[in-house]
Parts: sequence; structure tokens; C-alpha cells
Amino acid sequence: MTDKTQVHGRGLRRLAFAATITLIGAFAMVFFWTPNEADQGFIQKIFYLHVPLAIVTLGGFVAGGIFGFMQLRTGKRVWDLRSYVAIHLSLMLAVAVLITGAIWAKASWGHWWVWDEPVLVSFLVVFLLYACYQPLRFAIEDPERQARYAAVFAVVAGAFVPINFAAVRLAQAYTHPRTLGTTTGGMPGSMMLTFLISMLGMTLLFMTLWKFELTSKSARMRLSSIRRRIARETTTEQAA
Amino acid sequence: MPALPLDSAGKYVAAAYLVFLGVILIYVAIMAARLGRVEREITELDKLLEIRDEANATARKSTVDGPNSE
Amino acid sequence: MIGQAITLLRKDLLLEFRDRESVPAMALLAAATLVVFHFALGQRSISGELASGALWVTLLFASMLGISRLFVAEQEDGGFDAVLLAPVERTAILLAKATALLIFLIIVELIAVPMFGVLLLGVPLGPAIPSLIGVLLLADICIAIVGALVSALAIQTRIRELLVPILALPLLLPVLIAGSRASGQIFQPGGPAAVAGRWPLMLALYGVVFGLLAFALYDYLLDD
Repeated sequence: MTDKTQVHGRGLRRLAFAATITLIGAFAMVFFWTPNEADQGFIQKIFYLHVPLAIVTLGGFVAGGIFGFMQLRTGKRVWDLRSYVAIHLSLMLAVAVLITGAIWAKASWGHWWVWDEPVLVSFLVVFLLYACYQPLRFAIEDPERQARYAAVFAVVAGAFVPINFAAVRLAQAYTHPRTLGTTTGGMPGSMMLTFLISMLGMTLLFMTLWKFELTSKSARMRLSSIRRRIARETTTEQAA
Repeated sequence: MPALPLDSAGKYVAAAYLVFLGVILIYVAIMAARLGRVEREITELDKLLEIRDEANATARKSTVDGPNSE
Repeated sequence: MIGQAITLLRKDLLLEFRDRESVPAMALLAAATLVVFHFALGQRSISGELASGALWVTLLFASMLGISRLFVAEQEDGGFDAVLLAPVERTAILLAKATALLIFLIIVELIAVPMFGVLLLGVPLGPAIPSLIGVLLLADICIAIVGALVSALAIQTRIRELLVPILALPLLLPVLIAGSRASGQIFQPGGPAAVAGRWPLMLALYGVVFGLLAFALYDYLLDD
């Protein structure tokens, strides 16, 4: 059972406020302050959205694995809840990452999908793997076993994320000789600053939504426990 | 690749940011639907409690009137 | 623990020898996939990366069958609870199941690879064999470990047969990458080229990481 004293909603308002301010600030910097990049021009503005979102999404997946590990270690259901919400949220955002990535690819290379972009390809594989999380989870009825199996999946998949990125990058690097330098290398200071603030904003947004869903989930769980209690009391009173 | 001219690049950039906005809004919509369910449940509980209170009140009244109490 | 693992493994192999369920089906699926490749690609013979891709897809599909059947004997005979309750170390179960799968895979490959050489491969198989055996064996160990993990993960769910392939295929993608790149070099039209050391290294690293993960997590999967 969840800890009775655990309150998930604490600090949620401040977090939401900080996320809003930072993200609006970051997007304002993207369009009104940061200069256009020399090579790609205006299209490079997608970078400030796509890359931080992708990093935060992957971080969410890995965090889900860490929470899953904690669930296995402690056996407390609250860790399962945290892991589930982190993976669920990351899965949603992953859709946005894949679509914005495709748009960027179309705009700068002329194709909606490019197989020689290792990060995007790895991301698709990770997405496909995590898409199995919910089917696996909800195909197990016993709640205790559900939490345990979901946690095992979260740990395995969390460990798979870096391995997969390394493997796909290695495969691509030797098939298509291309410059491995990432887009962040040699960025002028203003672009770097915008990127970092956007990164911060996305992280805050992820944390806000994570806490939001966690609060909602725990509120519902508590509600159904109250409901059970009232139903029980009513029936015993009627019997008396 | 040479840089795309602003008028066509702008569409792609706008589309990307709209996708982000869309996903966040879908997420909010899902959470809103869940909140709606919570509200419905709370209303039901409220009703349940009211019925119980009324039942208790009438029970107490009958214990005052009648002698058949514990 | 090793003793327990050997006992369990012997039981699995005896069952397979008696009922002949997994291995024949895996070999048949592999053969059918090879025929499918012939018609799907519309080519008499293939070599290089294409040949290696066809071989790996064939082997991966066959291994999916083996993975989804891995715990079925226990499940169907109602023996799963017996296994869970038995004072057997979980690591022994992992070891036995992974070894059983490894043996099944090797038998299937002993049938499927020569068949592939006859039916599809456009270069002589003979000179490719020594390095191919090394790559296949490493990859089989990886598939066996991941297979034992995935089948234990899926066995308690209602949708076991659906979950196994959709879980195992993405998880095995690094194995496919390393294996097919390595054998792509082996099946070069001009005779087998030396396999770059990074691919076997990647397979070995993958095997070690997932082996440790399976070792650490198996307790939680088969625990009630």
C-alpha cells in the first residue's frame, strides 16, 4: 500500500510556475534573441525544442528504471507508482520527440526519416521497447506481481537505453562515414545559453507533469480506499 | 544543404513547436478526463455519506422514541 | 547450484527429446523464412550484407518461437507453482533455461545454416564457417540470456505469445547489429573478409551486461 503520510502534491504549484516561466523565457530567447545559425538558418530553431525534449525523455526512461530498482529493493508501492508515471510520461513525450525529429529531418535533409541519424534511430528502438511497458503491466492482474514485473522491465529497459545508443551509433559510424561531432560542439555562447535554459525548462516541465500525474494517481488510490472504508462501515452498521 | 529560405523554414519550425504544444495539451486532456472521474466518485461518496447520516439520524430518533435499544 | 541447474537442464532436454516441440518448429520456421526470403527478394542467390541480413532475420524469428515456449512446459502442466515453491535457486533456473535455449539454438543453426548455404547464399559457405561459428556462438549466448529473461517476464501475463516477440526484438537489436555487420564481412562476394574486432566485442559486452542483469533480476521474476 502507499504510505499514508506521503503527499505528492507538495511544491507542485511552485514547480509548475517555475516551469512555465523558464520555458516561456527559453522559447522567447529562441525566437527573439538567439541569432540564426550560419549553416541551417532559421530551421535550426527546432534544435532548442527537439534536443532538450529528447534528453529529458531519455532521462525519464532511465529514472523509471532507477525507481523500478528502488521498488525491487524496498518493495514499497510508491516506487512502482513513480516508475510507472515516469515511463508513461516519457512515452508521451517520445511521440513529440519522434515527430519533431522527423520534421527537422524533412526540413534539413529533404526526407521525413533518415536512417543515418543514429540518435533518431536509437530513439525509435527505445520507443518501440517502452511501448511494451503498458501491455506487459496491464496483462498481470495481481497488483503485487504487477509492480514487481513492471519494475524488472523498467530496470532492464533502463539499462538497454545506453547500450542501444552505443550499438546504433557504432553501426552507423562505420557504414556512413560522417562527422560525429554533435550539434552542440562549437556553438556560440548565445546559442549555448538558450539551449541550456530550454533544457532547464524541459526538465522542470517534466518534473511538473510527473508530480501532477503522481498526485492525481495517489489521490485516486486514496479515494478508492476511503470508498471501501465507507462501504464497509455502512454494511456493518446496517447489519447491527 | 543550403539553408532553407525563411518562409518555408518557418513552417517547419512552427509545425515542430505546434507538435510539442499538441502533445502537452493531449496530456492535459487525459489528466482532465481523470480528474472528471475523481469528481464523479467524490460526488457519489458524498451522496453515500448523506444517506448514511440520514439513516443514522432516523435510527437515533427511533431509539429515543422506542424502548428497543441496546 | 550448478547441480540443481544440471538437473533442471536435463529435465528440459528430456522433455524436448520426448515431445519434440520447440526445435522442430524452430527449424521449420527457419526453413520457411529462407523460402520467403527467396521469393520476397526475388533473387536466386545473395551475398554480403543482404545475405547476412537474411540469415539473421531467419535465426531471430526462429529464436522467438523457442523463447515463447521456454517456460510453457512448466506452465501447462501446472508445474510452474511447483517450480516456484521448490527450494531451487533462481540462478539455477536461469542457468538451466538459458542453456536449454542455447542448445536449441545451436541445433537449429546446425540445420538452418547449411540450408541457408544451399538455398540462398551466393558465395561458398565452407571458407566462411570458422569465423561464422564464433559470431553465431557469441550471439546465441546473448539470445539465450535475453530469451530466458524475456520469457520469464512474459510467462505470468495473459498475453505471453504477443509479448515475447515485441519485447525481445527491440532488446536484441544490438545483437542483430553486431551479428549482421560481422557476418556481412564474412559473406563478402570476394571471399570472407576478416571480422572487425568491435563486433565480437560488442556481442561479448552485451552478453555480460544482460547476463548480470538477468542474474540480479531473476529472483524477482520467479518469486512468490
